[in-house]
Order: sequence, then structure tokens, then C-alpha cells
Amino acid sequence: MASKFFAEVNRKRCVSCGACTRECPRGAIRVWKGRYSIVDPLLCIGCGKCKQTCPADCIELKLREGGA
Amino acid sequence: MTRKKRWYDYLWIWPILYFALGFFNILFAWLGMIDFLLPLFIAIIGGNKFFCNRLCGRGQLFAVLPRALKCSRQKPAPAWLSSRRFRYAFLLFFLTMFGNIVHQTCLVYGGAKSLSEVVKLFWTFRVPWDWAYTAGATSDWIAEFSFGFYSLMLTSTLIGLIVMALYRPRTWCSFCPMGCMTQLICEIKSRGEQPD
Repeated sequence: MASKFFAEVNRKRCVSCGACTRECPRGAIRVWKGRYSIVDPLLCIGCGKCKQTCPADCIELKLREGGA
Repeated sequence: MTRKKRWYDYLWIWPILYFALGFFNILFAWLGMIDFLLPLFIAIIGGNKFFCNRLCGRGQLFAVLPRALKCSRQKPAPAWLSSRRFRYAFLLFFLTMFGNIVHQTCLVYGGAKSLSEVVKLFWTFRVPWDWAYTAGATSDWIAEFSFGFYSLMLTSTLIGLIVMALYRPRTWCSFCPMGCMTQLICEIKSRGEQPD
């Protein structure tokens, strides 16, 4: 079930290790061309597992528009 | 939704096997070159970090251990540890140390230095490891490289285990020299491109 949050990756700080892709229960994250992770906001349920596991601490949970 | 397990999800066994084999016979240290060359090969040919993302046994081990043993504080690491400046500096240091191993190997090959049957931890502490090699079993330079490379692999794994315990499980990945090098290659390969 989608929450009012979704994950967003700070591309400048992402080390593209892929730890988040392994943790995501929805398969909403992929590593783009070995450079950084990108999140599909439509698939993301905002569970925060990726944020908890990110070794570079570069994932934030953002409020969806109209989700307040 | 849980992702179906694939064969490469069990590669955390690989580093354990590697260090166990090297403990009894140091010549197995050469197998570590797979971890050195394969990520570069994949990044150069494929332009991606499939090795880091799926095949890295060490990264998996750092993820699996805390799950099984609850041995990680799960705290965010300091930001400087994953900063570009630190990552590149660590990569440079690591490559220098690797260059030193190659240099020592060349000296032994040329007869300018004798084989030292020690494993050097953290590039400082010399640990006798002579049981793992029978003199004359192969050329001395082959054994010299084995001891040097095994030292590098063991030291980096120990650093990884320390930061795993102190911070998040895969903190090593945030400054892993191979990860840094392959990301740099991928950035160069896809320069100017943007995701859809």
C-alpha cells in the first residue's frame, strides 16, 4: 500500500552500490548505468528500507504532492 | 513482494571460501584477481556496476553477517566517508599499495629480494603465514604476489568488517576502491546521457 512518502536519491552522493535495490520490496529502484540509483515514484511505497540500508546515507523520504 | 533468490545471492560464501583456502595454501590468493578484474571488465564492456550490484561477495557478506549475528550498530556513517574527495584519495592509496605489491613481486622475480612468507595487515603488522606455503612449490615471485595480494584482500575485508560493525552493514561499499573505479568508468562511458 502506497504511503504519502516516496524515496528520493541524492544523485551526487550515490555510490551506486545497489544495496537499496536489493532491499526494496517493490523493485522500485534500479541503478542507472552504474552511476546512481533512481526510484520509480509510482512503484515506491515509501517504506524507507532503502533509506535504512544506504551506506552513503543519500536517500531521503519525501512527501508526495497532496500527501500532507 | 520478496525478490526470488538467484544463484548470485549466495556469493557471500565466496570471500569465506577465499580466505579459508588462502589460510591453508597462499597460492589461492591469485583467485582474488577475479574480484579485481571482473568489475573492471563489466564496467568497461557493459558500462554498468553489475558486479557491485549483484556479484560482489564481500558486499553480500557485510549485508548477511549483521542479519545473522546482529553485529552492526546500523548508524549512518560520517558523510566524509562517502565523499568524492575521500573515495578518490582512498582509491589512489589502494592503487599505490597494489603497485607496491607488483613492485615487490618484480624484485623477487629479478632476484633482488627474497620471498617473505608473511601477511601484512593494515599495511603495517607483519603476521607470519609460512604454513600456507611450501618453499619451492612454485616460483618465488608467484608466492610473493600471493602473500601481498592476500594481505590486501584481508586488510580491506577487516576494514569493511570494522565499518560494518560501527555503521551500516555495507558502509565499505561507500568507499570501496573497486566501486569507486567502476563508477568513474561508468560515468565516463555515459557522459552527457540522462535517465528517461
